[in-house]
Amino acid sequence: MATTGKEYDSMTKKASPPSKKAKDLFCAFAIGGLICTLGQVFTWLYTRAGFSEDGVKAATPVTLIALTAVLTGIGVFDKIAKVAGAGTVVPITGFANSIVSPAMEFQAEGRVLGTGAKLFSIAGPVIAYGTFAAVIYGLIAYIFKLY
Amino acid sequence: MAVRQGRYTLNLPTRPSIIGNAAVVGKTEGEGPLKAEFDHIYTDDTLGEISFEKAESTLQREAVIRALDKAGKTPAEVDFILAGDLLNQCIGTSFGLRELNIPFLGMYGACSTMSLSLGLASVLVDTKAAGVAVASTSSHFCSAERQFRQPLEYGGQRPPTAQRTATAAGASVVGATTPDKPCVEAVTFGRIVDLGVKDANNMGAAMAPAAAQTIADFFNDTGSTPQDYDLILTGDLGLVGTKLLKELLQKDHGVDLGDRHADCGLLLYDLKAQDVHAGGSGCGCAGSVFNSYILRRVTAGELKRVVLVATGALMSQTSSLQGESIPSIAHAVLVSAPQNAL
Repeated sequence: MATTGKEYDSMTKKASPPSKKAKDLFCAFAIGGLICTLGQVFTWLYTRAGFSEDGVKAATPVTLIALTAVLTGIGVFDKIAKVAGAGTVVPITGFANSIVSPAMEFQAEGRVLGTGAKLFSIAGPVIAYGTFAAVIYGLIAYIFKLY
Repeated sequence: MAVRQGRYTLNLPTRPSIIGNAAVVGKTEGEGPLKAEFDHIYTDDTLGEISFEKAESTLQREAVIRALDKAGKTPAEVDFILAGDLLNQCIGTSFGLRELNIPFLGMYGACSTMSLSLGLASVLVDTKAAGVAVASTSSHFCSAERQFRQPLEYGGQRPPTAQRTATAAGASVVGATTPDKPCVEAVTFGRIVDLGVKDANNMGAAMAPAAAQTIADFFNDTGSTPQDYDLILTGDLGLVGTKLLKELLQKDHGVDLGDRHADCGLLLYDLKAQDVHAGGSGCGCAGSVFNSYILRRVTAGELKRVVLVATGALMSQTSSLQGESIPSIAHAVLVSAPQNAL
């Protein structure tokens, strides 16, 4: 008798090797942790260099973004991210990479409709829903007088 | 004149020959186990072009020109070229072949394009609608990534079931039967099959049911078994799809492929050393492996009868985003060793 979709679904699940979860979790934790430590090092350095608290808060992420942009540009970042997974996606490095990579990729389609239009093709949803979440949070804070 | 055999198979009594063939590949493919088999390996995946789409066009044109050269034919002598690729509107093919001035039949069968175009070209030659017809196809890792997935430099992980789109092109020139060239004996054009797989990162699983159905149709129509052939060669099922194909054939059709099966997606790369997850995919995967390694062995008589069953996943980015399952297709072409080698 012919295999049904339901039967095939369980056959597929059985035949498909799962991701190596323990290894992935460890790499994400270790490399993500390293990136955060690096951020901490920059914070310390900028503080030592005499930056104000607000200045440090701006300079540290900007440094990490610039570093990611350079690593993406020279084709190294995706190799680190392949191993790190969420370890590079979750920190600000993931955000930077998601903007720089389409900017590089779509140059052939022109500056406006290529680079310009595709720049936010991956990061766009994050920005849209991030802003939306901030509005909701702001409303809650306002209504319940959290500040 | 092509004669229908059974319900789905076309027997080609004039035995059209593959009088020339060529395969050109990119860097990663050229580092794989078949590196000595290809006509040319490009060490730069841009092929010196300004876009990856142009690179793919050049790749396919190069395969066609080399195949024609080996067949001793000029483009002016070709009656039809049947070709396709994975890019939207098949621009890899149409831009690549536009300067050849050959009547062009655009094919879309996703990764099944090699057996679709070769099967149809053979039917055209068998029916004398064409004296010479070319079948070709291409795929390019970078043009496929940017169309179907993420930008190349985007940092992400892919699941172990994912496959790598081959940067490769293959072309076969089909002409009247020639004693020292491999010939096409029969063709089975497949039906669309969809068992509900939605995961675009598991194409092997999506395509295996189509391959199983076409292979079973072919055996039914011809009254043969896997033991009657040296090789049942699927296109790009990869590790997962290969396993499922064998299970489905056994379970639904009582057919045991045994040691007679190979998959181009598993032959093209070294799965352990090269980072390709479950194997290769893309039109050029079957196109290049068949038009190099396999045809060389068929021509030498080392493989006497080979059934090429290239498989295609007929989804688009839009259908995937809309949550549709993946309809799939497989076409079978029976190729046999030259009369002189038998």
